[in-house]
Amino acid sequence: MHEIILAVRYLLRRHITYFAVLAVTLCVFIVAVVMTVMTGLVDEFKQKNHNFVGDCVIGTESLVGFPYYEDFVKILGGCDYVEAVSPIIKSYALISQTGVETGRNEGVEIMGIEPGKHGKVTGFSGTLSYNKDDVSKAFKPVYDPNLAGFVAGVELGRRLGIQGGYGTAGTRVLAVSCFPLTAKGTLARAGTDLVNTKTFYYSDTSQSGLVYVDGSMIYLPFEQAQLLCGMSEPVKRANWLYIKFRPGVKFITGCEKVSLLWRDFVKERSNQTQADLLDKVTVQNWKDYRRAFIAPVEKEQVMMTVMFGLVGITTVFIIFVVFYMIIGHKSKDIGVLKSIGVSNMSVMRLFCGFAFLIGLLSSCVGLFGGWLFLLEINKIEGWLFKHFGFQLWDRTIYAIGDIPNRMGFGVAAIIALSAIIVCLAGAFLPSRQAAKLNPVETLRVSQI
Amino acid sequence: MSENDFILQAAGVYKSYKMGVAEVCVLKGIDLAVKRSEFLAIVGASGSGKSTLLHILGSLDKPDKGAVKFEGRELSRHSGRELNLFRNKTVGFVFQFYHLLDELNVLENVYLPAMVSKGIVGWLGSRKQAKKRAEELLAELGLSERAGHKPYELSGGERQRVAIGRALMNEPKVLLADEPTGNLDSATGNGILKVLEKLNKTGQTIVMVTHDERIAQRASRVIMLADGKIVNK
Repeated sequence: MHEIILAVRYLLRRHITYFAVLAVTLCVFIVAVVMTVMTGLVDEFKQKNHNFVGDCVIGTESLVGFPYYEDFVKILGGCDYVEAVSPIIKSYALISQTGVETGRNEGVEIMGIEPGKHGKVTGFSGTLSYNKDDVSKAFKPVYDPNLAGFVAGVELGRRLGIQGGYGTAGTRVLAVSCFPLTAKGTLARAGTDLVNTKTFYYSDTSQSGLVYVDGSMIYLPFEQAQLLCGMSEPVKRANWLYIKFRPGVKFITGCEKVSLLWRDFVKERSNQTQADLLDKVTVQNWKDYRRAFIAPVEKEQVMMTVMFGLVGITTVFIIFVVFYMIIGHKSKDIGVLKSIGVSNMSVMRLFCGFAFLIGLLSSCVGLFGGWLFLLEINKIEGWLFKHFGFQLWDRTIYAIGDIPNRMGFGVAAIIALSAIIVCLAGAFLPSRQAAKLNPVETLRVSQI
Repeated sequence: MSENDFILQAAGVYKSYKMGVAEVCVLKGIDLAVKRSEFLAIVGASGSGKSTLLHILGSLDKPDKGAVKFEGRELSRHSGRELNLFRNKTVGFVFQFYHLLDELNVLENVYLPAMVSKGIVGWLGSRKQAKKRAEELLAELGLSERAGHKPYELSGGERQRVAIGRALMNEPKVLLADEPTGNLDSATGNGILKVLEKLNKTGQTIVMVTHDERIAQRASRVIMLADGKIVNK
């Protein structure tokens, strides 16, 4: 019992303790704010990627694509765990704006989709500016629904000067040129007329929140894209199938089932024309499919965690030094306690308890401060931007809206636990030294 | 006189310390026996080893050679836990510089020995009783008014009386006082000696160490320590 009372009194009455509390509180505050923002950004980024592709992806990076996708879509349609499937054409194209004097050409990525299906599988409809409520109209320009429309990534649209204004075609007409490929990967038209070109009219803008996608992607109607890429005959081909599973189906489990189905499907089709293209097709879950994009962000998060681990080690040293000083000051107390029968273990418990209290108090104050700061972080950033033009993340570069500011309970608990462990680690050696102090020597030195 | 009449005995006690490279022999074969209810004063010049002897008698230190017996049982045979219990229950220390804990008030300093021997549950159960005993002790020592004060708010004499109260909290069989008046003026020191005399009259065994022979004369028996040996009894 005396350990608790003395630990609390040391905490409240030893001014040097305030330095330890301050140091740990600052660390907790910084870690809480940065980890919350960082975790929020990473989670948001993952969510955006998930929204972009659905739960599972079947396909190949080859621009040739793979055949018989319609048959497999039918098979998937009969599976009780599949909610929707969206076939995708993905390729590269050159675009030029008709009616624009500069005659600028630009290389872009094209994505052929069936908007109704794609909207069910992905979060595509939510990314649209004008057709959020009826995604099926995504490719129907409002000034003439019979024209072939295109949806531009928001940043690409900005570059082309087609943002804003919706009612008329004006200069928002694109000539899209592709190099159609045969099933063997050769140019479909090895002659003078190498290129397929088609005109599309601006119908909407998509803001996926993914910088690369929004800056280089145009969405086209599936069949038009298939034609442009030479994938509509003799056997129709697609590059990808995006799949969404029913609620409650874990995407890993779902992907395993789809993978088995695909294996059987490939076996069945092994003797058919272009069957060799099926061998190159892989089944991946959305995380693996977007690994190239997600991994660097996750790596950044790991780096940050490692950096804060180093901050933690520094804090251990601060606590070590502070405790070393406190125990130097309190050696008389230790001698007195031992003279009235306190054991070495009890002395150790006293100082470890003291360290625990420092960790606990610092965690509470640091987390509370962090929570308050996060609560206002967007207002603070807004104020800084308004008065000094400063933004933590330049929104013209980073596709984020508000700075994530929701401190998760798990993150807070881990930070608090780490702070307490850091304090205990820093105090361990000095506490052990205190426990081993010879009472006779401490009392004699105190007398001197 | 039988061995049972002695509460504390030291036989052939040697103790030496290292001071740099040199080894200083502080006690050179001390034989000593303290009777029950005795007020024994150990006198000696500074550095004669009297405080070391007191620490050894109270199991705060261990002899290099020789044995210390309490009620016939050798202290060296006690386990660490038993020695802690011995220091907590059986002996009470009073130091020259009081050695009170500044973070605790007077009352808490007095009942601290009762607290350290109990766990949380045990303390919650016996807290009232311990507090009552501490208040009674403070009343006997004339410090009732000072119960809520911090040690640094008290005079030297008051602090030493608090230290005596702390030493008596668990009703120890032996009170070991190391220069209890050494840091006080003569009038205040005299007051402390009166307290010790009063305690001795109630049957409390006291072993007091002092360098002042006049103070030592207040005890019922005086022994002198010189050059690590007892020179007269």
